[in-house]
Amino acid sequence: MSTTAPPVEEQQRPPADRDERVGEHAWLAAFLRRPEVGAAVAALLIFLYFAFTTSAFARPSGASTWVFESSSLAIMAVVVAMLMIGGEFDLSAGAMTGTTGLITGVMMSHWHINVWVSVLTSLVVALCIGFLNGVLVMKTGVPSFIVTLATFFVLRGVNLAGLKAIINQVSVVDFQSASGYSAGNKVFGSYIKVDLSWLPWVDVPGTGILRVYAATWWAIAVVLVATWVLLRTRAGNWIFSAGGAQVSARQVGVPVFRTKVGLFMTTAFGAWIVGMLTLFKTTTAQSTTGVGQEFVYIICAVVGGCLLTGGYGSAVGAAFGALIYGMVHQGIVYHGWDSDWLFSILGAMLLGAVLVNNFVKSRAERLR
Amino acid sequence: MTQSEQVSKKEEPAVLQSGPALPPPGTAIIEARDIGKSYGSVIALREVTTTVNAGEVTCVLGDNGAGKSTFIKILAGAHPHSDGEFLVDGEKRRFSSPREALALGIATVYQDLAVVPLMPVWRNFFLGSEITKGWGPFRRLDIAKMKAITKSELAAMGIDLRDVEQPIGTLSGGERQCVAIARAVYFGARVLILDEPTAALGVWQSGVVLKYVAKARDRGLGVIFISHNPHHAYPVGDRFMLLRRGRSMGNFPKAEMTLDELIQMMAGGAELEQLSHELARQLPDSEVARELESDVAESHAGSQTSEQSDESSEVSEGSRP
Repeated sequence: MSTTAPPVEEQQRPPADRDERVGEHAWLAAFLRRPEVGAAVAALLIFLYFAFTTSAFARPSGASTWVFESSSLAIMAVVVAMLMIGGEFDLSAGAMTGTTGLITGVMMSHWHINVWVSVLTSLVVALCIGFLNGVLVMKTGVPSFIVTLATFFVLRGVNLAGLKAIINQVSVVDFQSASGYSAGNKVFGSYIKVDLSWLPWVDVPGTGILRVYAATWWAIAVVLVATWVLLRTRAGNWIFSAGGAQVSARQVGVPVFRTKVGLFMTTAFGAWIVGMLTLFKTTTAQSTTGVGQEFVYIICAVVGGCLLTGGYGSAVGAAFGALIYGMVHQGIVYHGWDSDWLFSILGAMLLGAVLVNNFVKSRAERLR
Repeated sequence: MTQSEQVSKKEEPAVLQSGPALPPPGTAIIEARDIGKSYGSVIALREVTTTVNAGEVTCVLGDNGAGKSTFIKILAGAHPHSDGEFLVDGEKRRFSSPREALALGIATVYQDLAVVPLMPVWRNFFLGSEITKGWGPFRRLDIAKMKAITKSELAAMGIDLRDVEQPIGTLSGGERQCVAIARAVYFGARVLILDEPTAALGVWQSGVVLKYVAKARDRGLGVIFISHNPHHAYPVGDRFMLLRRGRSMGNFPKAEMTLDELIQMMAGGAELEQLSHELARQLPDSEVARELESDVAESHAGSQTSEQSDESSEVSEGSRP
């Protein structure tokens, strides 16, 4: 521990770059203390398990499915993780992916509006919902869990009733004819083929092609930007402080209101990206799209090292959480197990992750 | 006091949060005139008058529930006052957010220290006033600079940390208090409001904190020191304002008041005497009773013990166990 009154000669010594009391292996300790390390190790173990117990999982053609699922999930997991670091939840995030997809889908298929106008309209609507969520939470003081639960049900109703009122159906199809569709598809729905047939375990011809969808590039971009913001900008500092000790943050002049409203809008922005990705990949939008996913996002963030109480976590960790979810989801299918077990596995994973996180947090707060 | 010399010789801080400059010592920075605050029908504070001069320590003393917290919340901008006048640099003000108070150089070190326990020391030090470099989307935190400044500022205050990357929750109470004071001083506070800075500290750590209060005063800052402990307040205070049940019992320059008179006044003389007798009968071995008894005895003996040294540094040196 440090001392409050060091001897004078110690004071006058020129400050070294690194204190001699910090041991040579401090980098290892610092590495292990990172919130994402646990999730990264778990992801590796899960990959190895499914790779060795099933034949299709590790083949590039089989990996395409879980890479895509993990990618679109990672986008939401990362923005939800940022929100959770800021001390709030958003249960409307899942339904919002449906709302944005439906708005763009209806505009393109029913009203034959240009793709870009439709895409941007749903972005504006999403940001407005996020703004409303944030302002309601901050102005009323009602926990975000309740406010966004309300938003979730409102959106769910709008998705179903609104859609039926406009197009008299519960799903949107047939919008490939909208003007500008091919360009929109390139941005959100396209994929590139990566030939990985040289990998030693590709033993069946034709399984060496990995399809990398646009979602993966979006996910990588979101992880990079989120990590940059969290660790290298003032906004990141504000997010951690708003979630770690809101009263203290306000006292030292952190604009907590702005920070949190911004976080809710960021979550909505993520929901918009995922809404577009799903719409253009599946070329359909259902009124139930995204419902039930909100908890999956939270689980991914927690598995990735976020504390449910806020103030701690990482974007990279949340992405690993999403990777774990995607691999387990598809791994169960490749394994031939009953995929209904997924939810039980999710529950166990969440509990385990929370216990590990709490242990890590108490270690971080105690002496080093 | 090599440390204090280091502090005063230090170059101008790279970032200054406050707009206005520090006035010459003795000039009033804050004036409260008959300030009052009511929450609905509850009157928390009424007709409180005091001044805070540059280079002086104004102590606000009072027991629990006397209105100390309400008073500092008004000064810090957490709650606006409902009656009276509040002047900063001779100009009437009414704060609606702590940011407004900060912009005028009024910084508050709260009892909970306004730190985020899980965040590293250097991030806490610069929280809300981060140094950045670069431009546009590449504007980023200048981490190396902030770490170096944190380390040197704390070293100048006598806190020698191994690693400013450690979460501030791992520091001791006194260290956290000093980090909070160092932070306020570094960011160019003109008025430092300290809310019960010694309440949760041991004797030696209280002494260290009092030393930094004196150091801040010597740099020309106005200090408001809130306490319920006259033994801590008296040695550093230049002026005492006593609060009791939401009312001011008056402002007293140090010259007009001895420590014993202060204690008597705070507790209400007769009540204190009564209490001391009761405790002595019921708990003859109690340390509190003995302390009270000696306080009462001293104040009866008169003010010959009042020649307490003004040198606040002696308090800290003397209180080392």
